[in-house]
Amino acid sequence: MTERGRKALLLAPAGIWLLVMLALPLLVVFVFSFGERGAAGGYVPAFTLEQYANLPARWTAFKNTLILAPLGTIAALVIAYPLAYFLAVRCSPKWRTSLLILVIVPFWTSILIRSYAWIFILGGRGLPALLESIGIDDIRLINTPFAVLVGIVYGYLPLMVFPIFVSLDKLDKRLLEASADLGSTPWRTFRQVTLPLSVPGIATGCMLVFILLMGEFLIPAILGGGKVFFVGNALVDLFLQSRNWAYGSAVAMTLVVVMLVTVSIYMKFISRLGGQREDVSLM
Amino acid sequence: MRLYAICVYLFLYIPIGIIALFSFNAGRHASQFMGFSTQWYGRALNNPFVMDALETSLLAAFITACLASTLGTMAAIALQGVKGWLRTLFDAMIYIAIMIPGIVIGIATLIALVTVFGWLNPLLASLWPDGANPPQLSMGMPTLVAAHTMFTMALVIIIVRARLSGMDRALMEASADLFATPWGTFRQVTLPLIAPAILAGFLLSFTFSFDDFIIAFFVAGSETTLPIYIFSSIRRGVTPEINAIGTMVMGASLLLLVAAQLLLRRGASKSNN
Repeated sequence: MTERGRKALLLAPAGIWLLVMLALPLLVVFVFSFGERGAAGGYVPAFTLEQYANLPARWTAFKNTLILAPLGTIAALVIAYPLAYFLAVRCSPKWRTSLLILVIVPFWTSILIRSYAWIFILGGRGLPALLESIGIDDIRLINTPFAVLVGIVYGYLPLMVFPIFVSLDKLDKRLLEASADLGSTPWRTFRQVTLPLSVPGIATGCMLVFILLMGEFLIPAILGGGKVFFVGNALVDLFLQSRNWAYGSAVAMTLVVVMLVTVSIYMKFISRLGGQREDVSLM
Repeated sequence: MRLYAICVYLFLYIPIGIIALFSFNAGRHASQFMGFSTQWYGRALNNPFVMDALETSLLAAFITACLASTLGTMAAIALQGVKGWLRTLFDAMIYIAIMIPGIVIGIATLIALVTVFGWLNPLLASLWPDGANPPQLSMGMPTLVAAHTMFTMALVIIIVRARLSGMDRALMEASADLFATPWGTFRQVTLPLIAPAILAGFLLSFTFSFDDFIIAFFVAGSETTLPIYIFSSIRRGVTPEINAIGTMVMGASLLLLVAAQLLLRRGASKSNN
């Protein structure tokens, strides 16, 4: 058998699988998003922009996603950064690997069960009961945007810590010493040396978390209790409850487009930030 | 600084700890610990719905992991040195598979397959010999495995490719120069070197498939996987039985991941020597 033939034979199963189970379904969603809803649900072929014109009906879901996804990303970043800094710069190398593994381990256990744990803590008989015993009454935590944010930070913290740790770990520690020797305060050293050099890690972490949050369903479903819902929750509702495939497809297409647009704007912003950093280091 | 780190670790582990603790609760109530008992583990293991769901999940995860690691490794090896449109097509599809939210993959797969089955079923019926019952294509275990395999195969391609690119190509050329057949080179040179990556990919695929809720929710048809069972139980309220199931699932995933980690590390140290 020729080299070419062998390669084709090895590639064919994976290629066909990806075409049938990925490319074809996405194409179907694209086509269906221009169709109409059947009388008993499902899809009737048509070419209309009606579904897209109807998008404002689901504005709340988009609004929640576009507010809580960036907010959750930033909250995760704020909490993750000091930990990553501690692990990469301050912590003794003897403990570093074990502590890092301890951060990553929860990420690989089911997010469903980890979110469920917060029903316990935030639910009526958890934290609110505890607060009541010290005199703070009537605090409602579960089924609020706060609960969803906590779930988000909890779920995605490891994903944020890891890339920041990697970029801080690669940083040449002699730069920090040089900065201190030249009379910089620790804060100034951090702001002018450490932080700019960890931008790639921050950028990667934020993008990973943001992309996953845009399609989030479980955390709002479990901790938002139908009051705080994302586009993902709207999609489940449209496909499984109202069986409105055409409209659901339009919502899904819009989600993907919004996601791609925000991510590409974000990449441009980050690369500009990276460019500035190079200018600074050249001086 | 250290205090802060301790706080974050507490934040990460307290919720998991609470689930594990309350799974041993003798009482029914979620907020009070009434003494140690393993009764909920017994109940969970004797609940036929839980065991059915577990069996479905394990079977789907196992088939998915086998298919994904085999097909993914084949593709990763064949993709070596491939350039041009074929490479672009594969890279684009892998990138899309990773980037598109799971929920969109789930609904897309559902409506595409339901539509295709809607066309194929009458066709099959008309081609089937008269009198016999024609097969009905519908959503279920095969579609679940197909969807999970699509995503995890993309992961395996990335993992195995990373390992291949770290490999010394001269080894394979030397093997060919010494008149090994391509199959011989693969079996005696390439495979031992990439085996840890394949195994890690297998275990990651297994864990992904076993833990996945959102894709399974759409494409599993009438099958109930363990995450689907847990999700619908949570909707009905918090019970110690779910805590017991959750603790067991977390323990099992941890074991698998530790195994994957050890294998990857062993492979890395081997290739460094």
